[in-house]
Amino acid sequence: MNGDGSLERLRREGRIVVVGASLAGLRAAETLRDKGFAGSLTMIGDEPYEPYDRPPLSKQVLLGMAPADSTALPRRRAVDATWRLGVPATGLDMAARRVRLADGDEVPYDRLLIATGVRARPWPREAEAELDGVFVLRTREEGAALARRLADGPKRVFVIGAGFTGSEIASACRERGLSVTVAERGAAPLVGALGGVVGAVAADLQREHGVDLRCGVMVTSLEGDSSGRVRAAHLSDGSTVETDVVVVSLGATRNTEWLAGSGLGAGPRGIACDAGCRAFDIRGIVTDDIYVAGDVARSPHALFGYQFLSLEHWGNAVAQAEIAAHNMISESADRLPHMWVPAFWSSQFGVNIKSVGVPSLGTEIMVPQGTLASRRFIGVYGYQGRVIGAVAFDHARWLPFYQELVETTAPFPPPFPTVDRHPDGQRPMDADFPDPSVPTHGPTVTLSGYSPADRRMTFTPAH
Amino acid sequence: MTQSLLHQILDYANRADPYPIYEELRKTPVHHEEDGPYVVGTYYEIRSLLHDPRISSDARNLASTAGDPLAESAQEEETALPPGFLRLDPPEHDRLRRMTNRPFGPPHSPHRVDGMRGELHGIVSGLIDGLGDTGRIDLVEQFSYPFPVTVICRLLGVPRDDEARFHTWADAIAASLDPDPDADPAQGGKASHDARTQLGMYLAGLIEERRKNPGDDILSELATAKGQDGAMTTMELLSTAALLLIAGHETTVNLVTNGMLTLLRNPDVLQRLRSDPRLAVPIVEELLRFEPPVQLVPQRTTLADIEVRGVTIPKGASIWLVLASGNRDPERFEDPDRFDPDRRDIQHLGLGSGIHSCFGAPLARLEAQLALSELARRLENPRLLEDPPTYRQNAVLRGPRHLPIACDGIRP
Amino acid sequence: MVRLVVDLNRCQGYAQCAFLAPEVFVMHGEEGLLYNPEAEEAQREKLAQASAACPVQAILVDAMDAPAEAVSGER
Repeated sequence: MNGDGSLERLRREGRIVVVGASLAGLRAAETLRDKGFAGSLTMIGDEPYEPYDRPPLSKQVLLGMAPADSTALPRRRAVDATWRLGVPATGLDMAARRVRLADGDEVPYDRLLIATGVRARPWPREAEAELDGVFVLRTREEGAALARRLADGPKRVFVIGAGFTGSEIASACRERGLSVTVAERGAAPLVGALGGVVGAVAADLQREHGVDLRCGVMVTSLEGDSSGRVRAAHLSDGSTVETDVVVVSLGATRNTEWLAGSGLGAGPRGIACDAGCRAFDIRGIVTDDIYVAGDVARSPHALFGYQFLSLEHWGNAVAQAEIAAHNMISESADRLPHMWVPAFWSSQFGVNIKSVGVPSLGTEIMVPQGTLASRRFIGVYGYQGRVIGAVAFDHARWLPFYQELVETTAPFPPPFPTVDRHPDGQRPMDADFPDPSVPTHGPTVTLSGYSPADRRMTFTPAH
Repeated sequence: MTQSLLHQILDYANRADPYPIYEELRKTPVHHEEDGPYVVGTYYEIRSLLHDPRISSDARNLASTAGDPLAESAQEEETALPPGFLRLDPPEHDRLRRMTNRPFGPPHSPHRVDGMRGELHGIVSGLIDGLGDTGRIDLVEQFSYPFPVTVICRLLGVPRDDEARFHTWADAIAASLDPDPDADPAQGGKASHDARTQLGMYLAGLIEERRKNPGDDILSELATAKGQDGAMTTMELLSTAALLLIAGHETTVNLVTNGMLTLLRNPDVLQRLRSDPRLAVPIVEELLRFEPPVQLVPQRTTLADIEVRGVTIPKGASIWLVLASGNRDPERFEDPDRFDPDRRDIQHLGLGSGIHSCFGAPLARLEAQLALSELARRLENPRLLEDPPTYRQNAVLRGPRHLPIACDGIRP
Repeated sequence: MVRLVVDLNRCQGYAQCAFLAPEVFVMHGEEGLLYNPEAEEAQREKLAQASAACPVQAILVDAMDAPAEAVSGER
């Protein structure tokens, strides 16, 4: 593909296949067309719907503000693609460059983008998971089913796992006036993503809004009645909670099974790729025709010691899809690295939570602005003397400053006073993350690979 | 002797077109003259400083006021009314702004501004109907000034009949924000001090009245509300009301006047607006970039040594952020000196950014959109009688004092 | 129907959209934003106002009229 005109041919009449017709897949397709790709484009999706947005499913949809089938993503432009929706990909032949579909069809490609994302991790005991009234929440259909059941006015909703999704579900239920019990294996909600100091704030928030929050417990079993409807949950502390709706919110599983045996470096932790979104094969050799983007990707990040990060973040899906699309049809010297700074948001119990960087890498936290007690604050996370992440509770307008501190690997603790006359303090404290060997429910960022080196580097974001 | 850049920015002779001076300003990341403020004119640096928690809006943090042409008035203000939330830091700022927002916007009053559309339209129609002799219209006196003043009076619950009185006070207070190098600071300070005192007394009487007979206006709600943040003290209420009243008097007038001036200089755009009033939406955003009514933010102070593109601004220094210059930064905007309502990328600094971003922004936007689309629709063959027009002295709140125009008639 | 999506990573809660198109955008608490991802056609003008006014340009309104492009199954 170098200087022999083949790249031009690819751009003019090549075949690009995108597996995964959700946010990342759609934005990649739009970017390809924007950058002048004129060949054939095929979008393959296992769900029978055109690309839709998922964050509203745990917020607007559960609140009854919007129906689950109303979140189709707006288009930036026409993509002129062939859509194969409702037909999952079942296999990949890397040598023949073909994607196999569940209906037996095979789709040939010159360039392949894999953006198959994740699915909700189901309740591990299959028979219990089958009970009527047990839900997970990831897809449109799951959102619709849960919203319908909440609208029926159940006596109590039982949420397993107090990560972001679980907490948002609990929040929506309380707002609808439903009784809610939340069971969390960790010491507090959000503890895996934000640590115990901020987790304690989240716990207060839940309890203040009437959630029956049980931390440090595991759910040992779900019990059904004679008609197959769930009626109770049994907890590791010996207690039983009677409930008619259970929402299992235990994080996500990456959709990589269809790649088993293909030779691609795909597994339960995702698909490893380089900074330019090119997938690795199982031998650790980077491919030149297969790209990865979105929740299913694991890619090395310059700011975090080139550790491989898997980010289940909306913004990452968009940014990575754009980079992958650009690189798919560019000469190697023109390719761009994916350097997006991790960022996410959550809206729960009337509080807007936003984060930048990777708080879960931090060992210390300080609150330079606002106070934990008021639930309006900035928390800055430090790791080995540098700022590695930050979280804002109803303090979003200050967050860009802290993002700059992350990007410039600024020293921690930040050695300056702020405009806030009464912040909680300039003194760092233990961020209180759980022991990584004890799994918690659904952290937003998972890390693997070697530890970040404490080295300074300059990261210049594209404006 | 050549004038220093700071004096050129303030020099009234440059009021009609300050943009070449801003271009000079952008050649250095931070402009500093001995004893003077640190002046920043590039887009990315301004934006980042607006979100920087090491920058205070509270004048009490100034290490020294020597040489800062604005400092005198800032100190004088203290003796009359306490500063409004514009000049406060968190958490006091946040609390007061939150409470002020309660009767004004979402989440508590989501329909207040949207619900004023019809009323705004009525005021605009009435003013255009009353323009009189179309051979010479002073758009400022006859339209751009009375429109937002009427709106802010209704919103706040201030009797329109008292307008002549607080017009004088608002002018004196706004003038005190003007760092005019040639004016006598003692005299200006006294005038502003007197105006603030009198405005304070006037508002105190009004608030007393509203407490007894509350109406559906913001002042009544602020005077009687007891939300999550409690109630404002009387002094807080007075300074908040003064802030809103003055802001309502001295900013939108410039946005509307600058807008009409710019449209008359770009007749093709004016023609497009006439045939499609929806174009007013992007036009107003582009105006906020191209001719922002607030040119610079002169009231910030560093709480620590801050490095800006390799230049260290010391702790306690006064910083000026020249929004209008950032809006013309070619590093950020393509062809920045071109007025182009079709610009897709328009993240301007015209209303500031961060926690002090313009409180009245949604109202200002609606007012300007409506004013410009109606003027475009109803004035037949409008033209400028003077270009450039006579500007107001103020370098911060910049706009024409008069905008003489003529037209062939008024359409119904 | 008009589709829209807000990039809530960019959103800083300035609430301009909720002021200008309150039928579509609702502040949830002081800073959080909820919106109807599929607005009535009648809201199109207010949507244009809201998205133009967004200080961080976070609102994407559908650039296309027809979702007709998404055709299932066929090649």
